[in-house]
Parts: sequence; structure tokens; C-alpha cells
Amino acid sequence: MEDFLWFKDITKDFGATRAVDNVSLSVRRGEIFSLLGPSGCGKTTLLRMLAGFESPDTGRIILENEDITDLPPNLRRVNTVFQNYALFPHMTVRENIAFGLKVAKKPKSVVAAEVDRMLTMIQMQDHADKRPTQISGGQKQRVAIARALVLRPNVLLLDEPLAALDLKLRQKMLLELSLIHDEVGITFIYVTHDQGEAMSVSDRIAVMNNGRIEQIGTPAEIYEAPKSSFVAAFIGDTNFFDGRITDVLDSEYCRISVPDLPDMLCFNDKKLARGEFVHLSIRPEKFQISLAPPHSGVKYNVLRGIVEDVIYQGDHTRYWVNVGADWRISISRQHTRFMLDEKPINWHDKVYISWFADDGFMLERYSEKDEELLPTPPQAVGDSDDPPAANDDDNDTTPEAES
Amino acid sequence: MDQHKRHRWREALLTAPSFLWLTLFFLLPTLIIFAISFKPSDPLGGVGPGWTLRTLLSLRNPNYPEIIYRTALLSFTTTVVCLALAIPIAYYIARSKPWKRDLVLFLTIIPFWTSFLIRIFAWKGVLHPDGLLKHALVFCKVIAPDTLLLYRPETVLLVMIYTELPFAILPLYAAAEKFDFSLIEAAMDLGAGRLRAFCSVFIPGISSGLLSACLMVLIPSIGSYVVPDVVGGIGSEMIGNVIAQKTFVDRNLPAASALAALLTLSMLIPLLFFLKGNKRRNQEPRPAREVV
Repeated sequence: MEDFLWFKDITKDFGATRAVDNVSLSVRRGEIFSLLGPSGCGKTTLLRMLAGFESPDTGRIILENEDITDLPPNLRRVNTVFQNYALFPHMTVRENIAFGLKVAKKPKSVVAAEVDRMLTMIQMQDHADKRPTQISGGQKQRVAIARALVLRPNVLLLDEPLAALDLKLRQKMLLELSLIHDEVGITFIYVTHDQGEAMSVSDRIAVMNNGRIEQIGTPAEIYEAPKSSFVAAFIGDTNFFDGRITDVLDSEYCRISVPDLPDMLCFNDKKLARGEFVHLSIRPEKFQISLAPPHSGVKYNVLRGIVEDVIYQGDHTRYWVNVGADWRISISRQHTRFMLDEKPINWHDKVYISWFADDGFMLERYSEKDEELLPTPPQAVGDSDDPPAANDDDNDTTPEAES
Repeated sequence: MDQHKRHRWREALLTAPSFLWLTLFFLLPTLIIFAISFKPSDPLGGVGPGWTLRTLLSLRNPNYPEIIYRTALLSFTTTVVCLALAIPIAYYIARSKPWKRDLVLFLTIIPFWTSFLIRIFAWKGVLHPDGLLKHALVFCKVIAPDTLLLYRPETVLLVMIYTELPFAILPLYAAAEKFDFSLIEAAMDLGAGRLRAFCSVFIPGISSGLLSACLMVLIPSIGSYVVPDVVGGIGSEMIGNVIAQKTFVDRNLPAASALAALLTLSMLIPLLFFLKGNKRRNQEPRPAREVV
């Protein structure tokens, strides 16, 4: 697939805040490209600049070898599915879909045929003469998509298209979106803050934060090989360890010393030298947890710890294991076997946790504040065995206050 | 059931004062006016005994068609011009920043702080043959020195537009404020230019405001009497002036009542249409339930 849409050095300020900060990216023909990030990261602004509702302060937008930066929205072959659908309330479903074709002064027969084709695609033939107030959220969503697709745009922009729907419907619409994409073969640019949505529909994802692009890659690349601590923590869960390389074992592996923990063996894909600081990200599902010592291979790291929290979730269980010096590691264990037959791992159990040296990933960029995105164990409530830390403090200070 | 009954009672109790007021001071007088139209006149300016159709038949006065035509034309033109001016203003106010919005709304209602009559008399000063405006226009060679700005139907139109404009702006603003402006973006995204988006999305979007603005301007315009009386001349008489003349000069209450009844009925019919349309709008079926 060739690149056909370019953002070149785009910057946009709103007053004192920089919404988009020197963003350059290219989109390939026919792919579903997601802009993913927390609210206020600039993803919607970038989309609105492509639609023509905002203009960048600096930089150009090139579509099909044409500089569209200064074109008004109605002259761009780009159509948008708005977050709140923005269906015209005074028009029927059919009239909504026909609107763009009528504006383009297409012959009546063409309009009717195209609208019918769209109604069939979104399976709304029976609701064609209803008004937007008379149809459900999911149906509105489909009409909004049809209204934009009927113009056969070069790019279809979807601005948080599923945000207004409930969870069940969201999953259904996600599947439908992929099917529609396969059918029409038009490039989709999908803006979302929901990493699950982005991972499941996208060919490639651009993860954004503070107006910048943190990483562009396939969902698997972004999940398995995050470039920054932000990406690692925003996409899925992870554990961070910061340490220093004490030994480069051979061309591939290195030993990392983390304060208060035993040295860790790690795959050295970045070819870092001895003495360098590194930040290691290990996903919860990469750990094995067991009561008995694991069959330790050469490239395995093993830590001992005490289980502090267990959250059973049916298909998997989430454990928080304290491995000493207040290092709390989040571990997720899939239940691939029938679980009731085995000895369960419980609170306060002494456990072994182990992981393969290749499963840790060294980050290129790290910032402390991304640790706020990490999952935290839930506060124990009414658990006499394990009183929350705050209660301990209270008990300590009360006598002093009285005396 | 019991609760439903109590609810009904409370509703009746709450509406009773306004219901009473409207019955006493609006409905009854209107009915009395209708009744007086069927009474003979009394030479002393009162109402004579018995019933007659003569007064109603006197409505076939050969002078009336012209006056009715003028009244309709002036009111209709006033309404159209007021809407044409108020729609862009309402759009502008609704899209403005809050402080600007408050300022423009404030400027819109500020004329109400001065008496209606005084404002109309002020126009006499503005348009006076020796007034500044006249001299300026003559100086710029827009009008000839002997052109009269006052006492013409056009003057009545101008002042009526001036007095009615706020009544068009306010309901239109109320509708525009609720309008979802992302619909304009959607229209432009689908290829519509600014004007097309404005006409095919914004205008239908504020239709309820348009209807009420229409009525708010049209009804007082048709019944207007002070404006043509003060700034109008012999050729700009409206129905309101005829009614006033019948009441105060001719002292023929039945004739005045007959004209007033005609005016009321001619207003009532479009109003009923309006209410019916509004009711239908409010009774839209509820959205379908989601089927997953």
C-alpha cells in the first residue's frame, strides 16, 4: 500500500496551549489508521484540520498529491462521521444520506440509486423514511457512516464514532465498521481514546500525547515494543523497572541491576552498553506465577514475593505480588486449564514469579508521570487481615494526639 | 388513581388564577366585542337596544378594501424585513462569545426602557423636514430637497420595522441558541457551501423560532394604530386607525366592534394553524428501542 496522505510539520495553538506540536505522519491508501490518545492530546484537532474545520498554524496537509491545507471543507474529498452523528433532524434517513449528492447536483436517478445502495449496506431499508429522533443510537451511527460514504471520499474520518454507544453495541458496531471498510475499501482515519477499539480495528495506530506523536505502528508493535513509557502504560498494563546495565553478557543479553531487587537478565535489542540507565517494561501476562519453584531455564528471571491482592476475573486472575522493598508487580494469569482442580494462589501466599528474558522490553523514552497510568491494586475494604495502610497511620497517630 | 386525581386538582389550582384573569380580561371582552357588532349604534355614542346585521353589512364600505390591503401589505412587509434582519442577527448572537452575546442581547432590549410612544415621537424628530437626516440626505444628493420623509406609507413601514425588530430577534435567538452548530459543519463536510449550509440546515433548524417570530411581528403589526397615527399621513391609514376613528370621532361603537372582530378573526385563524403545527411537532413518536 502506498502513502497518499501526508501531514507535514503540523503545529496548532489554541491561545496559550499547543494542541498539535510539530506532527508529521503519512497514511496509506485503504488502511484503517487510528489516532489514539487521552483527551486533549490533539487527535481531534488533527482530524478537524484534515476535514477543514481548523487550519494549522504551520505545516501542510497533502492528499493525493494536492495541497489541501487551505481548501474549505466543502471542497475536500474527505467526509466525517461526527461524534454526536450530527444527523439533520428535519430530514429523514433517506434525505440525510442523499444530502451530499443533492448538493453535488447529481441527477435524481443517481441519487436514488446510490442512497438505496447505502441503505442496503447499512441494513436500514425499513427505516429510510424515519427521522433521526425515531431511530436508535446504533442506527444513527450507521446512517452517519452511510451519509459520509455515499460521496465516495478519499478518506473517511471517524471522530470517536462509538463513544455515545453502550458497551455491547460498541463491540457490534466495531465489527460492522470493519466489514464496511472491507466492502468499500476507503481509507478510514479513526480517532479514539479507547485503546481496545483502536487495537481491534486498526491496521496502524498513531499514539498521541500532549500534541505529539509518541509512536506509529501496528497494534502488535505498539503493544509489544512500545517506544516510550507513555505508550507502554497507555496501551494495556505494564510494570516499570528502572536500573542500570551491569553486564553485557554476549551480543544479545545484558544484566540489569535494579535497586533492592536481584539482577535481571534482559534481551538487549537496543545494543546498550554497560553502565547505561535503562527502563524496563514487562507486561503482566508475561509473568508466570507459581507456589512451587519454576523449572528455571537459563534465560529465566525468578523473583520471590508475597501475594498482596487477587482479583479473579473468570478467564484470568490479576495478582499483585510484593517482591520486597515495596516493589508491587502486577501479574495476569490466563486460566487455560480447569482451575478448580489446582491449588489456588491466595492472599499472603509466598510465590515464585518468573519471566523469560526476551519478554522484558527496554524503553527509549521514560517519564515518571506516566507511572500514573499504571494499574493500582484496589484498596482493601473491611478486610481485617489486611488493613489498609491509611488505617495503620491513623492508629499510630491517635495516641500521640491524645497525650 | 387517587394520586392521579390529586395531581389533576393541583394542576387546576395552579392554573386557576391565570385562567380567571384571561377569561375576565381577554375572553369576555372579546366576546362582548363580537356581540356589540350585532347591535345598532346609539346617537349618543353608546349601544342601542335590539339586534341588527346592519353594522356588519356596513363593513362593505368602499374605502375599506384599500385600507385592508395596505394593512396587510405593510404588516407582511414588516414581518418579512424583520425576519430577514433578525435571522442573521440571531445567528451572530448565538455564535458569539458569552460576553458579546450578553452585550448584543442587552442592546436589543434596551429600547424597551423608553416608552413606546416617546420612541415613535423621536422618529418624528429624526425624519423632520428640517432634521439633520433630511439635510444630510439632500446634501449627499440621495433625495430632492422637496422630498418628504414623514407622513408616508414608507415611513410607517420603517418605524414599524424599528418597533417590531426586537420581537423577531428574541424568539429567533432562543431557537438559534439551542441549535446544534455541528450540523453546519456536517453540511459543509458533505460539500455544502456556507450559504447552502445556512439555508438548508440552520433555517429549518430554527423553524419553531421562525414561526413564533413571525407571529410576534405579524399580529401587533396588523393591529398597529399608534405608528401610522403619529408618523403616517392621509395615505397611510391602517385598520387600527379606522377602528380608533370609529370609536373616538364617529362614536360608533358597533362599527368599531365589527372591524375589531374582523381583525381578531383574521388573526385567530393563522394562530390556530400555528398551534396545530406546534402540537404535531411535540408529538413525535419516541425513538425505537435498541435491538442488539
